[in-house]
Amino acid sequence: MATPNTPLWEVFIRSRNGLAHKHVGSLHASDATMALQAARDIYTRRGEGLSIWVVPSSAITASDPAEKGMMFEPAESKIYRHPTFYEVPEEVGHM
Amino acid sequence: MYTQALNTAETDDRGLEDAAKAAQFQARIDAEERIESNDWMPAAYRKTLTRQISQHAHSEVVGMLPEGNWITRAPTLRRKAALLAKVQDECGHGLYLYAAAETLGASREELVDAMLAGKAKYSSIFNYPTLTWADIGTIGWLVDGAAIMNQIPLCRCSYGPYARAMIRVCKEESFHQRQGYEIMLTLCRGSDEQKAMAQDALNRWWWPVLMMFGPPDAASQHSDTSTKWKIKRFSNDELRQKFVDATVPQAQYLGLTIPDPGMTQDADGHWRYSEIDWAEFKQVLAGNGPCNRDRIAARRKAHAEGAWVREAAAAYAAKRAQRQTAQAAE
Repeated sequence: MATPNTPLWEVFIRSRNGLAHKHVGSLHASDATMALQAARDIYTRRGEGLSIWVVPSSAITASDPAEKGMMFEPAESKIYRHPTFYEVPEEVGHM
Repeated sequence: MYTQALNTAETDDRGLEDAAKAAQFQARIDAEERIESNDWMPAAYRKTLTRQISQHAHSEVVGMLPEGNWITRAPTLRRKAALLAKVQDECGHGLYLYAAAETLGASREELVDAMLAGKAKYSSIFNYPTLTWADIGTIGWLVDGAAIMNQIPLCRCSYGPYARAMIRVCKEESFHQRQGYEIMLTLCRGSDEQKAMAQDALNRWWWPVLMMFGPPDAASQHSDTSTKWKIKRFSNDELRQKFVDATVPQAQYLGLTIPDPGMTQDADGHWRYSEIDWAEFKQVLAGNGPCNRDRIAARRKAHAEGAWVREAAAAYAAKRAQRQTAQAAE
């Protein structure tokens, strides 16, 4: 008999105070409590984390990499959003 | 290596796919871009990687068995704690790898079922028995040493999820090799009997470890496409040679003799080993190694005995979900 599927979760870990949670991988668990425990055992065996988030993988909506040109086009042409676009005389010093 | 026995013949269905997309894909590979799970990829790339990553995962999981054999009989509490931690790591490695394989579309359950059914391979090395405590030292030193040699280049593999899993694995693997070498060093500095035990373990493991790198380049059927796709960065023979060159001085330091009387050192410093018995390798891959049946039987037993846990967890989750829906409706 085929083994029934267990839901997939994405794991995010904050490694140090002041840092953001970062995606570290995924795992299978039947509910959120078990997902947290499994995340601790799989991803923090050497003190890698201070805090763990688990999110059902099915809850994630992702952008389509094939459409990345169109998706990110609005930012492409706006060089005036970068500080180096503006000229400040050298005498003014670091700004 | 852990995927030395790539199962079935490569089916070349790239011709059916959009040639422009395939060219674009190869251009990304050539530019050292990482391929991610949502990106377009040739069906054969997906298939090759699913097979390679899942076989790698199976190897980690089956690899717990030979070492697990000695957890209850480790000579001291320190050794026992270390071995237990190492075996836990192997389990973790298996799980990272199943997760990486799943990003290609297969489910973990499907992959595990294929292994239990004997349809998917795992590394030939785990079909050898661990007869003495010195085998645990030898496995850490040589089997994990060979695995590191293979896995470091895989950290730069073109498929992002696999490469990232390998980075985690490599970080942890270094402890494994050091704990193995320390066991060997302790035995070699011990009584004559302990040293003889270490030599005996080396004698039995040396050749199977060299086979871990897979068939010689001349006979390897998968290397070409894997190299073109930057899944593989070094050939089997190149990695094997690197491993031998790194290992010989370590054995000399221990005062152990590599069981290869024909071994010589070239003028350029490389150690040349004798012909490997590929007939033995083929036999082990075909299922006729010393422990093939035991390993699969142990995996099947563990899987069957865990069924009630999976069922109970699923039933509990279903009950809670149902209760939540009922509460929300009130």
